[in-house]
Amino acid sequence: MISSIGDVRPQIMDFEEPLALKSGEILSKYQLIFETYGILNDDKTNAVLVCHALNASHHVAGTYNGDEKTLGWWDNLIGPGKPLDTNLFFIIGVNNLGGCHGSTGPSAINPATKKPWGSSFPMVTVEDWVEAQARLATKLGIDTFAAVMGGSLGGMQALQWTIDQPSRIKNAVVVAAAPKLSAQNIAFNEVARQAITLDNEFFGGDFYQHKAIPRSGLKIARMIGHITYLSDDTMDVKFGRALREEALKFNFDTDFQVESYLRYQGDKFADTFDANTYLRITKALDYFDPAAKYSGNLANSLSNAKANYLVISFTSDWRFSPSRSEEIVGALVANKLNVSYAEIDSPYGHDAFLMDEPIYHSLISAYFERIWVEALNV
Amino acid sequence: MFSGNKIKRRDYEIITTMIHNDSSVLDLGCGDGSLLLYLKKMRNVTGYGVDKDHRNVLASLTNGINVLQSDLEQGLAGFGDSTFDYVILSLTLQAVHETETIINEMLRVGKQVIVTFPNFGLWRHRLQIFLGRTPISKELPHEWYDTPNVHVLTINDFEKYCSNHGLHVRDRIVISDDGRMVTTLPNLLGAVAIYRFNKGQAS
Repeated sequence: MISSIGDVRPQIMDFEEPLALKSGEILSKYQLIFETYGILNDDKTNAVLVCHALNASHHVAGTYNGDEKTLGWWDNLIGPGKPLDTNLFFIIGVNNLGGCHGSTGPSAINPATKKPWGSSFPMVTVEDWVEAQARLATKLGIDTFAAVMGGSLGGMQALQWTIDQPSRIKNAVVVAAAPKLSAQNIAFNEVARQAITLDNEFFGGDFYQHKAIPRSGLKIARMIGHITYLSDDTMDVKFGRALREEALKFNFDTDFQVESYLRYQGDKFADTFDANTYLRITKALDYFDPAAKYSGNLANSLSNAKANYLVISFTSDWRFSPSRSEEIVGALVANKLNVSYAEIDSPYGHDAFLMDEPIYHSLISAYFERIWVEALNV
Repeated sequence: MFSGNKIKRRDYEIITTMIHNDSSVLDLGCGDGSLLLYLKKMRNVTGYGVDKDHRNVLASLTNGINVLQSDLEQGLAGFGDSTFDYVILSLTLQAVHETETIINEMLRVGKQVIVTFPNFGLWRHRLQIFLGRTPISKELPHEWYDTPNVHVLTINDFEKYCSNHGLHVRDRIVISDDGRMVTTLPNLLGAVAIYRFNKGQAS
């Protein structure tokens, strides 16, 4: 598929004002890499922030140098005439702090030591990301977002925005998210982290100095993650028990197509992603729990929220199942906030949020049409 | 479920008379959100529609109505006790399976409940049965083989339900099939009944 936005270019913003992180550590200066699509209107009422999940980046839509292999991760949703219409909205994608696509993170050089941060890079949380994103918005002259949107961990950021920055966000689109991780979710993350940290090439997180990469750890982490993004049915339809060759090989090479697919996905990921970033983002997921400060009462954590919400889940998503989204909806209703909720019938598991299921995209279109009318009437 | 836009419109008008300004409303089986849209305009209500059909969710969202996709047969577990001033079930009671569960849930999450339903006891329906046919009318427009209605009821049936379940009926308005109020022989002449009730006070 060719992008309808065409080529895009990332930009970098430097921040000199220290950022106090939730962990208690302070990041004295940092940079964020971001992309924008569409045009900010004169009243600055049409800005939309798109937050990324575990392994995506600021490159949400468009291509680099006409190469369709570089298509942004949510290109099917964003562009002229698409559900999030770049003719109407000014859309920002930003790589989060701790990332490995150009924002300050463990693989960047620590100005104090002139070496890669590595193990010394602090833990970052969803709250820290929201604060950094808000500072980026300020620098771009945006006081209030018409909407903040994201899927999975991105949806958690959109939810956190409405808690931390209630006066700076009009709408939150929270897709395939959860109000906090379950024990099973954390367990999967922990297996992924163990795969990385037990890799001999990890060197306690300071593998850069050893010119090493914990490739097998990253690969296994990605393979585990990938299984949780798909549904049992999708895997059955896509691979079933299909073999790579005609007969079983009776060895530990890849017999089944699904094995080969997972290995390929793992290898591709290990080539492009930073192990320390993966560790930190999975921790940010584990730590996300806005209700924690309110004795576990999610509704109380949203008592200052003012945004309108669209919450969407997918029937076959077992990583963050519809009931997790319904917890969010229940807390919003308890606060009498404007919320609409849809449970989309999809066989694609957690990954469904990246697909262009017509009903799903129609709902997003309809919601953003409403946001557009609101943005005009400010 | 129910067609005949004129009757539907009249149903909305009568529901509106039962609702205070600025109140909160939960509309079960909200369809395209038109009742809430109407109540928003006439009574400045806030609230949500509930519907299980994704086409209705999209239509409500397009109409600017808060809509929550859910199968009301599964109950209303997502809503706390007495969350809403009114919970409305408009022209859908005859099509639900878990009638008692749903009415109990409506009484739990709403301070007051408004239920409207087509009256199976209407003389025209009785006449068709007398002639040996399953009734078909503006209010019950389906053939026996494609009807979504599973629990057709008469006004007398519902009266008995309310008294057996200790419900306190606050308003009872019956209209004919041309939308006029019916005051005499409602179970024979009424096409649609609109009830407002809440849990009876223990006395």
